[in-house]
Amino acid sequence: MITFQGVHKWFKQLHVLNDINLHVTPGEVLVVCGPSGSGKSTLIRTINQLEPIDQGTLIVDGRDLSDKKTDLNKLRAEIGFVFQQFNLYPHLSVISNITLAPIKIRGTSRAEAEAQAMTLLERVGLSEKRDAYPAQLSGGQQQRVAIARALAMKPKIMLFDEPTSALDPEMIGEVLQVMQDLAKSGMTMVVVTHEMGFAREVAHRVVFMDAGAILEEAPPLEFFSRPKHERARQFLRQLLTPMQCQIP
Amino acid sequence: MLSYQFDWSIITSGKYHDWLVAGLKTTLQLSAISIVLSFLLGLLIAVMRMGHNRPARWFAHAYLEFFRNTPLLVQLFFWYFGSYKILPTAVNDWLNSVGFEFGAAVIALTIYTSAFIAEDIRSGVLSIPREQMEAARSAGFSYLRSMQYIILPQAVRITVPPLVNQFLNLAKNSSLAMTIGVMELTYQARQVESYTFKGFEAFTAATVVYVLLSLLITFLVNVYNEKVLNIHKGA
Repeated sequence: MITFQGVHKWFKQLHVLNDINLHVTPGEVLVVCGPSGSGKSTLIRTINQLEPIDQGTLIVDGRDLSDKKTDLNKLRAEIGFVFQQFNLYPHLSVISNITLAPIKIRGTSRAEAEAQAMTLLERVGLSEKRDAYPAQLSGGQQQRVAIARALAMKPKIMLFDEPTSALDPEMIGEVLQVMQDLAKSGMTMVVVTHEMGFAREVAHRVVFMDAGAILEEAPPLEFFSRPKHERARQFLRQLLTPMQCQIP
Repeated sequence: MLSYQFDWSIITSGKYHDWLVAGLKTTLQLSAISIVLSFLLGLLIAVMRMGHNRPARWFAHAYLEFFRNTPLLVQLFFWYFGSYKILPTAVNDWLNSVGFEFGAAVIALTIYTSAFIAEDIRSGVLSIPREQMEAARSAGFSYLRSMQYIILPQAVRITVPPLVNQFLNLAKNSSLAMTIGVMELTYQARQVESYTFKGFEAFTAATVVYVLLSLLITFLVNVYNEKVLNIHKGA
């Protein structure tokens, strides 16, 4: 479904992606974690080409992204992207946020798009919010609408870029629940997150990145119980018991 | 000692009243047509200025600098006295069919105001968070469609107050069209004054009408904001 082969990317001097080799199979749930600045957000953003790559091969859904002839708009329509800051369209109601792309890009009729949007809103538990505006919703509700909006395009792949990092703690659960249900339905997912509980329960594989490179790649059980790399061990210690970490 | 005899009857009825009303009608037509055209042209120039097409960007930049930095009166004279020598026959035919003076005034007011409107829209667009464009692009919208459905509708809301200013300026600037013989409100007030020497009454009437016109424009834009844009429901 997604294949990275020797992918590199630089921001000026900074080597943000360093020789990335990664393969995601259909139906797989891949969690990407690592300290901030490790390149995990950049990695996920290259998959739908919000960030172009500088070197290497990246094949998504059978399309070579370094090929100039690849229609990026078409590719992006097949990939759902969920942002840390939700990025709902503030001038549109919840239902219009969800139906805009299906109507304008896919040419779906309004009636059909709205019926589908209502199904999705029920799925994320927000059918009573169909006419609300984003500013009237809590962060957790906005993020669930954002997930429904992405799903409305019937994507083959869902990408989540730290979907719960901007949320108050009591709202994280509701978003993770929606994501877990989605994973169970067999969606191919790449999730950048610090939610190690989610990684442990839902992921098929965990990738650990640091300084632009993939240091470790393992099933969650193995990754959490026996992390091979010292950097990964240090990261997990800080994440799981932040108060007990000693300042060096 | 007041030797001047006020005669307000000349502006409330009779021939001179009719002149002023005819002038008002022309002012309204000139302003309304130019407001609509300058908004559309300004939108186009703003999109060109911000797009990825290099020649379009360069053209829009030159357009903005040129028309913002020359006096409206000079532009008015240019379109009236100079343009028919270089314009295509079709455009000249259209100008003659609507009255060459009126057509030239529409072109001058539209182009001049569109440059300011384009800059207002551009700063509105720049104030929309970059993430909105990313969200639109990642949903599969092209750059232009993202602009059309997501960025511009938000930017125009923010741009409403400066846009009202531009529309008001345009309506008031339309009085300059008298210099090329457009028989609008100021022209007619001047006519009334030269026929009757009742300058105070004539120009008081014109002044009051301009104030009312400006208030009307502000009112209409506010209604549009509330009823169409639902400006208070969003963020």
